[in-house]
Amino acid sequence: MIPMLRRILRTGIVTEKRPEPAKLADSTEPAEVARLHEDILHILGRALTIRQVDAGSCNGCELEIHALNNPYTNLEGCGIKFVASPRHADMLLVTGPVTKNMENALKVAYDCTPDPKLVVAVGDCGCNGGIFGKSYASCGAVENVIPVDARVPGCPPTPVALLRGILAAVRR
Amino acid sequence: MRLLDEPIDFTPQPGNAGPVWSGRAADGAELQRFAIAAHRAGGRLAALWGADERQRGGGFGLHCVFGLDAGHAWVRLELPAKNPAYLDLAGIFPAANRMQRAARDLVGIHFEGGPGGGDARPWLRHGAWPADWFPLRHDAGPADDFPNPPSDYAFVQVGGEGAHEVPVGPIHAGTIEPGHFRFSVIGERVLRLEQRFGYAHKGIEKLFIGSSIADGARLAGRISGDSTCAYAWAYAAAVETACGTNPPPRALMLRALMLERERVANHLGDLGALGNDAGLAFGLSQFMRLKEDWLRLHGTLFGHRFMMDRIVPGGTALDLDAPALRAIIDQCDVIGREVKALRKIYDEHAGLQDRFQTTGAMDADLAREWSMTGLAARATGMILDARVHRQGYTPPPPYAALGVRPATDVRGDVAARVEVRFDEVFESLRLLREIAVGLPDSEVCVDIVPVADAHGLGVVEGWRGEVLVGVALDGAGRLARVHPHDPSWQAWQALEHAVMKDIVPDFPLINKSFNLAYSGHDL
Repeated sequence: MIPMLRRILRTGIVTEKRPEPAKLADSTEPAEVARLHEDILHILGRALTIRQVDAGSCNGCELEIHALNNPYTNLEGCGIKFVASPRHADMLLVTGPVTKNMENALKVAYDCTPDPKLVVAVGDCGCNGGIFGKSYASCGAVENVIPVDARVPGCPPTPVALLRGILAAVRR
Repeated sequence: MRLLDEPIDFTPQPGNAGPVWSGRAADGAELQRFAIAAHRAGGRLAALWGADERQRGGGFGLHCVFGLDAGHAWVRLELPAKNPAYLDLAGIFPAANRMQRAARDLVGIHFEGGPGGGDARPWLRHGAWPADWFPLRHDAGPADDFPNPPSDYAFVQVGGEGAHEVPVGPIHAGTIEPGHFRFSVIGERVLRLEQRFGYAHKGIEKLFIGSSIADGARLAGRISGDSTCAYAWAYAAAVETACGTNPPPRALMLRALMLERERVANHLGDLGALGNDAGLAFGLSQFMRLKEDWLRLHGTLFGHRFMMDRIVPGGTALDLDAPALRAIIDQCDVIGREVKALRKIYDEHAGLQDRFQTTGAMDADLAREWSMTGLAARATGMILDARVHRQGYTPPPPYAALGVRPATDVRGDVAARVEVRFDEVFESLRLLREIAVGLPDSEVCVDIVPVADAHGLGVVEGWRGEVLVGVALDGAGRLARVHPHDPSWQAWQALEHAVMKDIVPDFPLINKSFNLAYSGHDL
């Protein structure tokens, strides 16, 4: 127990803080994260629940979505939480391409999400089918299957880009 | 030359993609006899796939790769264009079951016989295309108008008083890939687990057909996002072998550097997630912090947090200068210190070890039975690592010169897989330092001149296990067929057995301790 507490104390709080406004103009990543945190807190008042759905991605986008919860970005610290059921969610964060074999499951998850709901398509594949496109096995973009409110391109998108996309959907 | 005293004539594969011998079996019986000999010799089924080779004047091709002590035996069996069928191999290597079914779904080649008369259920085909339409046939035609109704799957049912089923997936409770698990349980005890996959099947093998070598490289890097370097390297090695090109020595070392960094990145993430799944959120926070530091240096030095598209056929797409190598060495020192401290905390945490130990245990016999490779196999005591010298086996460069020490543990449980991960992190850090100080001077990329009708096999020890990519070029030097094979094909089936005596709430922890690929398997 004591080594653990010592380590926690030694690590301190690494969540990236909002720097001085002057430095904001440089638009370095930590500054961007801090500013997005502020905006999200302001708009949502500490409550957004996200259900992530992998509709057939290569898992690259999921790695960056995991990174949203690391202590640097600390998404949960600003009231945004990943939940285990679409029934508990305000937002679906969907990576693609949507495979034919996931098409039905994604529609069910969408129908199970209570209104009002938001959908964010993640990654080049989620936005436009990416390198996989449309084929016998793939429906391509998320919007080919369910309505989409915001898109976050990138292969995979960085955690900051994901934050920006989540915010864009909420602002709509 | 002959292998295992069987009549198949093998020729060694040129180049430095690893020791591979390729040969043709005269008929299904000869292939089956070779498989039996391989099984008796302690070998494994490394991969199995089908190919439509009618355009080249033949029929269909069945490709089997057997992992032997000295390397890989790649056996091709020609099947007639009409009624392409071969003798079942799943009775010899049970891991063949799903691969044979996938080959039937995609290419329309059939296996005859086998346990219980053979498994008639489709594997990658759910309901999106009809059973008599085969996507990897050249004359398949367009697939636009197929209906996509929800499909059923005949899970094996467990009877008896109090026995019931718990279906999980395809959308799981966490941020993970899609797949379906069907638990048959009494109370919370797992009697049987059966998996159904194919949800992430996005037609990767079809996309390879007819692509240029360069387009194929981009696609290979997106088969499984967490193993992008392993797949890119295995693909590049297969192409280079086919085209008779040797990448420059500096490029080989840079590839190893990226592969080891990929290994460390994934192990750091898994070690955190394993702590979290056992209730120690502290572990997740600490390891995710270290992983983020690690990924950010990728972003700075490689221009991509996962190093996608940095390994290309012919070499690498970038070079590292002295300050970059200095940064890598410095980071290895920092991360090594931190992981050492965290390992002590993990090792001494009674609650954590109570969840880890004896949970999800399997032994080397089970690992061998399912032709497993990778860290989960090494956690049962097997010394099976494509980077490591064995009796009669020399790893391909640059690993032959680096002298990798394999990490093993004999317990085969979650605790063993955690320990192997820790050991591999330290070994990779050591290798990274060694590579960074010993990079030879040379160019980093040479041109690839496509060779018509050539083929090659690339083998790379990714962080999960052995990643194989088989490549065949057509008459114009474009890709005729590419088959990427993930070690998860074998390991998923072993996992079904590893959970049997445990309880359902332990499954997430056991599953995470293997952390197998869905996309890499479903293709």
